[in-house]
Amino acid sequence: MSGQTQLSRRRFLQVLAGTAGALIVGIRSAHAATTPQVPADMLGDNLSDLGLYVRIDQNGDVLIGARDPDTGTGVNTALPRIIADELDADWQRVRVLPLGLGVDNSNGHLHWLYGQQVGGTGNSIPRAWRDLRVAGALARWLLVQAAAQQLNLPAERLRTEKGVVIAPNGHRIGYGQLAAAAAKITPPTTPIPLKTPDHFSLIGQPAGDVDARGIVTGQTPYSLDQSFADAVVAVLAHSPWPDGQLDDLDKAPALAIKGVIDVIELKPDPKLQPGQTVIAPAVAVIAENTWAALQGRRALKLDWKAGASGSESTAALEQQATNLLNSDSAPTTRVRDDGDVDKAGHKAARRVEAMYYQPWLAHAASEPMNCLVRLDKTSAILFVPTQSPVQAWTIVQRLTGLPADQIDIRVSRVGGGYGRRLDHDYVAEAVLLAQAVNKPLRLFWPRDEDMTHDYYRSGTVHKFSAIVDAKRHIIAWNQRLASASALSGRGTPSDHLWTSEVGVNQLPAGFVPNYRSDWFSLASSLPRGPHRGMPETTNAFAVESFIDEIAHALKEDPLDTHLRLIGDPRLVPLQGGGAIDTARLANVLKLVADRINWKDWLHSINGLGLACWYMDGAYVAHAVEVSLQGNQLTIDRVVCAVDVGRVINPQGLEGQVAGATLDALSTALNLAITSKDGKVEQSSWKDYPLASMAQLPNKVEVITVPGEGDPTGASFIAMPSAVPALANAVFRVSAVRVRRLPLMKELLRML
Amino acid sequence: MAQDHAAPAQITPVAVRSGIDLQINGESYRHTGDPQMPLLWYLRDVLQLDGTKYAGEHGEGGADLVLVNGKASSAIGVPMSKLSGKKVVTVEGLADAKGALHPLQQAFIDEDAIGCGYCTPGWLIASMDLLNRHKDPSDGDINTLPNLCRCGCQTRVRAAIKRAAAAMKQGAKA
Repeated sequence: MSGQTQLSRRRFLQVLAGTAGALIVGIRSAHAATTPQVPADMLGDNLSDLGLYVRIDQNGDVLIGARDPDTGTGVNTALPRIIADELDADWQRVRVLPLGLGVDNSNGHLHWLYGQQVGGTGNSIPRAWRDLRVAGALARWLLVQAAAQQLNLPAERLRTEKGVVIAPNGHRIGYGQLAAAAAKITPPTTPIPLKTPDHFSLIGQPAGDVDARGIVTGQTPYSLDQSFADAVVAVLAHSPWPDGQLDDLDKAPALAIKGVIDVIELKPDPKLQPGQTVIAPAVAVIAENTWAALQGRRALKLDWKAGASGSESTAALEQQATNLLNSDSAPTTRVRDDGDVDKAGHKAARRVEAMYYQPWLAHAASEPMNCLVRLDKTSAILFVPTQSPVQAWTIVQRLTGLPADQIDIRVSRVGGGYGRRLDHDYVAEAVLLAQAVNKPLRLFWPRDEDMTHDYYRSGTVHKFSAIVDAKRHIIAWNQRLASASALSGRGTPSDHLWTSEVGVNQLPAGFVPNYRSDWFSLASSLPRGPHRGMPETTNAFAVESFIDEIAHALKEDPLDTHLRLIGDPRLVPLQGGGAIDTARLANVLKLVADRINWKDWLHSINGLGLACWYMDGAYVAHAVEVSLQGNQLTIDRVVCAVDVGRVINPQGLEGQVAGATLDALSTALNLAITSKDGKVEQSSWKDYPLASMAQLPNKVEVITVPGEGDPTGASFIAMPSAVPALANAVFRVSAVRVRRLPLMKELLRML
Repeated sequence: MAQDHAAPAQITPVAVRSGIDLQINGESYRHTGDPQMPLLWYLRDVLQLDGTKYAGEHGEGGADLVLVNGKASSAIGVPMSKLSGKKVVTVEGLADAKGALHPLQQAFIDEDAIGCGYCTPGWLIASMDLLNRHKDPSDGDINTLPNLCRCGCQTRVRAAIKRAAAAMKQGAKA
């Protein structure tokens, strides 16, 4: 009936027979009882409790679980295809089931059934590559064994293809017919060999998003679309200052609105880290429906009193950063110091210096923060639009004290994450309010709350100086960066706060003999947190713009400057292990240069710009062509080349690369969060204007380098090099060197 | 007390409950609640027709677009009081009664014009409005779409609109 094969130290693949002769392969913890405690017939109703990954029904339908939240990254498609490939499933028969958080609490030991479940941080695919293939391989192995018994043939003589086992004489048996027998076979205790790449059937082949049909027909639910029939709606008015205090509150006008039930105050727990508690003091209006709650919030008469943060502004912070970088102050952290930057200066052939200024940024996810919660005495069910269900679970557990496995965290498709949903302040709010009203509750943040109460990306100031010798080699590079760390107040030791702000292996570290990177900490009361593509994107803009400035100082083609810096094909070791393959880096750069006709760089009326970057095992380059008529900037062409190792779903990858490119361009063209008197000044997508169709290129030309290496994450790799390539192109067309973002504002100021 | 058993002298017919009559995706509805309630919350909270998304208090980004008498309109910007006798089409109403996708929906799938998908219904509605007005929309026409997308699906939406326009022309010939 059941058996197991070891997957890792603490987790096992589990084979079970389901209802009506289904084969189920899941993952369960080693501490769980060796035989399931539920009758086999019940399994069909309780699949996700078993760490389901694969279920094959007698009719040949295949259900595959997707464990990581899909925030638009395509993991609902890519992860099941990794399993389906090893299974040799017929993709047309596969249905994907998004898995909620997998918690197992057998014998008092807490275990995560599906391993780490995180979306939108670039790790889903690499993790899946390491541990999900075996689930498909085991199911296939069992089916082949079942066929071998039925046909009385050795298993080695059978092959599989698109959901059928094929005998040497051509006889075909569908997986569905074998499922019941396969479920009774004891799985091997040794690992099952995985496919060699020449046998891949789905990996490397393009596939559309499994949710596409549901999305275009309005049927795919997001958390905000889930409902409990008796749920009330809570809409909040937060203090404009995280350290603000309620000065005056008149609940009566809100309570007078038809449908408003209650008005409740919420306060952050000062003992908890940001992202684990209420983001700022707030007043919640609880109502029978969203419209009544929104009207109630509008009717509230309330005043907030500023705390110490009331004197802060982003402009003053930037000035402070500039002063710091221009002073002799010691850095907060010397991140890297190769060779001797100071001594290299004495034989200066040419010194180039520049400063770059980048604004604060919001996440601006399309689906605003929300959470649907039902608390009972013994259990809780929550629909959470999260990138990290386990973090949401932690908060619910702390606030409710419920047994670990009685908290059911469900994750629908998520309307964008970008790092915002790695924090769960909104889950804490929803739970606290549901406890207060003792009813199921939907928490809903209107857009203005979403914009003004974010864990923002800090603004940055970079100061560079480089020394170039007579042979045009960059012999010294000194980077000084000032920013407010995203990790402040989050339990990170003070000597590691830089890790969210700058990479120790950031280009051109390892390529310049004398290299120094200093980080200067800024103090700010504006909440901060993880942000898509950071810290790569801010640093890449500054570094790759500066290399273009060096090329200009040398009066040479920036492609030549880049290729000289990258140098001969070799492996440049990374601190902490691994290496940059310079051939792969040069390759992506040459690919985009060729595609955009870089030979026209000097003479084109339009401006051409390029940039490249390396992050987490992936290589990326952009080339951009722009034109300028009056003060109308048009992005005529964008080419992006990526080398991510093995590509799981080329169509998905292309979508991610094009999307991340446009996101980066959109952000750089227009967006900035500013604060004055401690208050964020932007409150909607009108004053935080994502780029319009007209501002963006008509097409992003994506070149994918075929690879054999282990796949890397791809959801934001195209962000870093897009913006410097644009700024470098703008320089060619306008002679304006944009050293301050957002780009359009600066360009119009300088033109 | 005697009244309890006495037959009423007169039965007063209850007045027909007044409300706002409108059509949504071809079906007739009568809204009897607050006439100031925006269409968005009527669709989402009352009818649980959740395909139309919340964009912002002013519809910024366009995820809440619906067709009102064929014209793309922000569902949060239209109170129910203005919808008497109007025909509303939401993303759920784009496919035909048998579930066959509209060529525009198919084109969005074929061009992979989807990021997280939250804003996709709004893009579909705005594109539908555009295709109703321009059978062969130019890039300039497409640039007039009011929608915003944080995931960066704009180039793929552009390709999808062109693909749909071509498919609809083919369909018209056939």
